[in-house]
Amino acid sequence: MSLVTGSRRRDPQGTRDATRSRSSRAPGAAREERAGWLLTLPFLLLFAVFTAWPVIQSVFFSVTDITNRDLRTPFQVNFVAVEQYAKAFGDPVFRQAALNTAYFVLIGVPLTMTVALAAAVALNTGITRFRAVYRLGFYTPVITSIVAVAVVWRFLLHPDSGLVNTVLSWVGIDGPNWLGSTTWAMPSLIAMATWRNFGTAMIIFLAGLQSVPQQLHEAAAIDGANAWQRFRNVTVPILRPTILFVSVTTAIGYLQFFEEPFVMTQGGPLNSTISASMYTYQQFSYGNYGYAAALSYLIFLVIAIVTAVQFRFLSDKED
Amino acid sequence: MTSVGMRSRWWLYLVLTVALLVVITPFIWMVLGSFKTNAELRQIPPTWWPQNPTLDNFRQLFSRLSFGTYFTNSTIVAVVVTAGNLLFCSMVGYALAMLRFRGKKFVFALILGTLMIPGVVTFVPLFVLVANLGLVDTLPGLFLPFLVGPFGVFLMRQFVLGLPKDLVEAARIDGAGEFRIFFQVILPLLTPALATLGILTFLGSWNNFLWPLVVAQTNDTYTLPVALALYSTGQNEQQYGLLMAGATIVVLPVLAVFLIFQRRFIQGIATTGIK
Repeated sequence: MSLVTGSRRRDPQGTRDATRSRSSRAPGAAREERAGWLLTLPFLLLFAVFTAWPVIQSVFFSVTDITNRDLRTPFQVNFVAVEQYAKAFGDPVFRQAALNTAYFVLIGVPLTMTVALAAAVALNTGITRFRAVYRLGFYTPVITSIVAVAVVWRFLLHPDSGLVNTVLSWVGIDGPNWLGSTTWAMPSLIAMATWRNFGTAMIIFLAGLQSVPQQLHEAAAIDGANAWQRFRNVTVPILRPTILFVSVTTAIGYLQFFEEPFVMTQGGPLNSTISASMYTYQQFSYGNYGYAAALSYLIFLVIAIVTAVQFRFLSDKED
Repeated sequence: MTSVGMRSRWWLYLVLTVALLVVITPFIWMVLGSFKTNAELRQIPPTWWPQNPTLDNFRQLFSRLSFGTYFTNSTIVAVVVTAGNLLFCSMVGYALAMLRFRGKKFVFALILGTLMIPGVVTFVPLFVLVANLGLVDTLPGLFLPFLVGPFGVFLMRQFVLGLPKDLVEAARIDGAGEFRIFFQVILPLLTPALATLGILTFLGSWNNFLWPLVVAQTNDTYTLPVALALYSTGQNEQQYGLLMAGATIVVLPVLAVFLIFQRRFIQGIATTGIK
């Protein structure tokens, strides 16, 4: 598909279009102008109502004391400036949620990317048979409903009748009560999230790996580089843009971690798995709309900072 | 592709096969579990193959728990959302890529800008809006906010940029109107891009959880994931067989869609890099 290259070949503004004669330009241009707007209008209307307006309103909400009691009159509320934001910093549960989210990101992102890259490299090493089967199988968790998957994993991780502890008992390990323990609940959720998400990163890595020139590998091999050195010094530098892209999208995903703790642990035990997004949702469901809006902007701010930092460290240094 | 020796190749297959089994075990266990009784699912150690396979779980889901309604709701929402995205996003994508009109740059910048805003930011005001429109606990409340999306426009625009502009010129010279050109000349050529966007949108909508969780509030509007999540955390937590069957009902249709269109789908992921 030429989705990427297309933009370079074509002239998007059509300014170099010479086929059109001068005489037909004026009425044609008016027609084009009208058609352009008519085609864009339905989108713009829906977009304005359901995206642009809520974005603007969310800023407004976050500096007011709006709650669900003000639902009918969302503009007759008190301006409280940064009070909602300040509240977040003094809120012990939010601090816990922020720490947990950092834990999800710091362990989850490297783990997911390592597993994805390992799978992609393994599938790219010249095995020819069943390649499509492996690829499909590894990708399956991505497309399934997180809720269904979470329900199944709750049973797999059950301390007594769960498959995970049964398998562990074969090798003499007495498995813990995974989701019921403040120590193990978090690793359980991260393991499950890695299982569910690495497929997306794997597919993107696979596409990236296919653009690594074979000659470079051969040249490095002739110079005496072993497999690890070739991977480290040939593959990784060429993959850098792909690694950047995957790390940014994976981090954004983990920063908004919601469904896994919601369905599997409800944030427990003792708030040990509550995430920032889940806490935001909780505050929303209690009716604290202003506070929830402020919390969502704090998450957005962190996402923006993390993305900027990743671009700084991972983008090509020669540029 | 790097070639490896025979010995390491054998190892590679072994490692990949073990990894594959680990990855798909939850699904196999889920499907097998949906045919087991509650008692068997609670057994220690767990059984692998159902001892007395039963369809009772599925029967109860549909007769006692109205999973038929949830299934219909999920399908309606996913189909409407997909249709909306395909139509509206291709219209804008075409206009942005091929037509000259004032404000075009602004529209494109607007769309690119919102690509980066996470859903969590608009969540609260969007709910207030939907509540004020009286759409809470209705199907339109579930699908209206998702009829268009910046990603779809971006994908379509990029694809249209790769089409020859002469095609449109020729149609104009033949006297076709602008809308006729779009629907009869351009739209058929967009089939590959429409397929990619269609699958991505359908799966996204089918699996969507947070928004329906908030908007759907009664049995009549629950979608499958919402119903399953609510059912699995209440006092019904012990109904293992029903939960396994419910999870199977949620997952199997998308697995089927995925298996049919997997080539196109994986291509879409690889080229766009967006899930």
